[in-house]
Amino acid sequence: MKVLVPVKRVIDYNVKVRVKADQSGVELANVKMAMNPFDEIAVEQALRLREAGTAEEVIAVSIGPAQNQETIRTALAMGADRGIHIEAPHDIEPLAVAKLLKAVVAQENPGIVLVGKQAIDDDCNQTGQMLAALLGWAQGTFASALEIAGDKAKVIREVDGGLEHIEINMPAIVTVDLRLNEPRYASLPNIMKAKKKPLDSLTAGDLGVDIAPRLSIVKVEEPTARAAGIKVGDVQELVSKLKNEAKVI
Amino acid sequence: MSILILCDHENGQLSPVTLNAVSAASQIGGEMHLLVAGDQTGNVAKAAASIAGIAKVLVADDKSLENGLAENLAPLMQSLSGSYSHMMAAATTTGKNVMPRLAALLDVMQISDIIKIDDVNTFQRPIYAGNALSTVSSNEAIKVITVRGTAFEAVAAEGGNAAIEPVAGASDAGLSAYVKSELSSSERPELTSAPIVISGGRGMQDGANFAMLEKIADKLGAAVGASRAAVDAGFVPNDYQVGQTGKVVAPDLYVAVGISGAIQHLAGMKDSKVIVAINKDDEAPIFQVADYGLVADLFDAVPALEKELG
Repeated sequence: MKVLVPVKRVIDYNVKVRVKADQSGVELANVKMAMNPFDEIAVEQALRLREAGTAEEVIAVSIGPAQNQETIRTALAMGADRGIHIEAPHDIEPLAVAKLLKAVVAQENPGIVLVGKQAIDDDCNQTGQMLAALLGWAQGTFASALEIAGDKAKVIREVDGGLEHIEINMPAIVTVDLRLNEPRYASLPNIMKAKKKPLDSLTAGDLGVDIAPRLSIVKVEEPTARAAGIKVGDVQELVSKLKNEAKVI
Repeated sequence: MSILILCDHENGQLSPVTLNAVSAASQIGGEMHLLVAGDQTGNVAKAAASIAGIAKVLVADDKSLENGLAENLAPLMQSLSGSYSHMMAAATTTGKNVMPRLAALLDVMQISDIIKIDDVNTFQRPIYAGNALSTVSSNEAIKVITVRGTAFEAVAAEGGNAAIEPVAGASDAGLSAYVKSELSSSERPELTSAPIVISGGRGMQDGANFAMLEKIADKLGAAVGASRAAVDAGFVPNDYQVGQTGKVVAPDLYVAVGISGAIQHLAGMKDSKVIVAINKDDEAPIFQVADYGLVADLFDAVPALEKELG
């Protein structure tokens, strides 16, 4: 079985984002970029499937500008076998991403697609579910455990009320949540080896997919900052402020 | 123009967040219909019909819809889409699971987690964990939208008298099956709608120490939450998590205990009216958003707080 893992290049989660002065978006120039943390968890899970003998090959795919090849190299350094880069604008929408991934699935015929449940830049939480719809496959979203047995997968999902266990037919899309695993670090020898692993490059046109955006961004702005608070000296003062000043207890 | 809103329900009860989703829909304008999909949903349908402002309640009662599996629910919603300009759901794990699947079936781009409505086509939503707000405009024939409940004041649960109409067409896609749930049960208020939330972080050191927060919660009628660090460490279950990828809360009072204040946590609570932070590290970023900060060892401060509350 092949495992396909889409990986997105996003602003590193430790970076404080800045909105552009012209309100057209957030500043990406000279900002540290990294693999979407949820996608790292998806890569790790794919590697574990291969190490357990459930999967034979792990393919990392990234959609975006030329720099996205760095993100694919990160996945290759973690242990993915090969990469596919699809040239596209950085801000391509989830629906277009799902359509491109559908075309990749048609070429590669994976048994499972493992993808982060959301990207920490646009916070959309859509791509996996959309890809599942387009393929007519089952979806196991927000997974905190995954067990594959033959043509079924058991997925434990993190839901608002707790945990939900479902069983889905393979092939399937599984979108991964934070507690599925702890991703490994790439060792230096593996980073060197990753440079020699195959990485194909395609365009949306090669795949015959229309990626024109459906939404237009009117403006991007900073949220209103909270007014500065005060430090209280002790618990008595805190309770008194909450009762008499804030009037919330 | 008319709007279909997917009704969130659990264990035969309408989830309160549905009232917030209806509130968002009412700002768009037009006739509002609710879809109640499930098995044996009589009580939920009745509750839905009483919500102020609802014109019609569509009831899809079928075994295949019992557990809200997206593979069965999305095609049903697609079959109903012909008469709607907007299809909406609260951004709960149910809404987040099914709505993108519906959007792709309809070949439209979804607008996730909206917090403000400018007009029928234009919506504001948080990006980058709420560190930027994006206003987007959609010309899609059907706007598929999820709504952040805390951003919209709930409409009245009573006062409506909508017609209840059964809809057919549900079937089992045969792709997925529900097995079981492990749901946390608590006598305390539900986290996302509680007026007061007290949350613990890594500083709590142990799950057993959350008992200290629970005592205070019970005195204040509060819900108990946690940071990702506390959930990852196994102190409390995943449904306690407040943050970018957990629950978003906006209570009147949020008390953060032993939480450093990573941006991913702030994303889930910084719209709270009053924020209190108790942390022994006076450099902790949580103090930058706190209205009242107490620099203290939580193992002294929390018992003292409990005593002070009487």
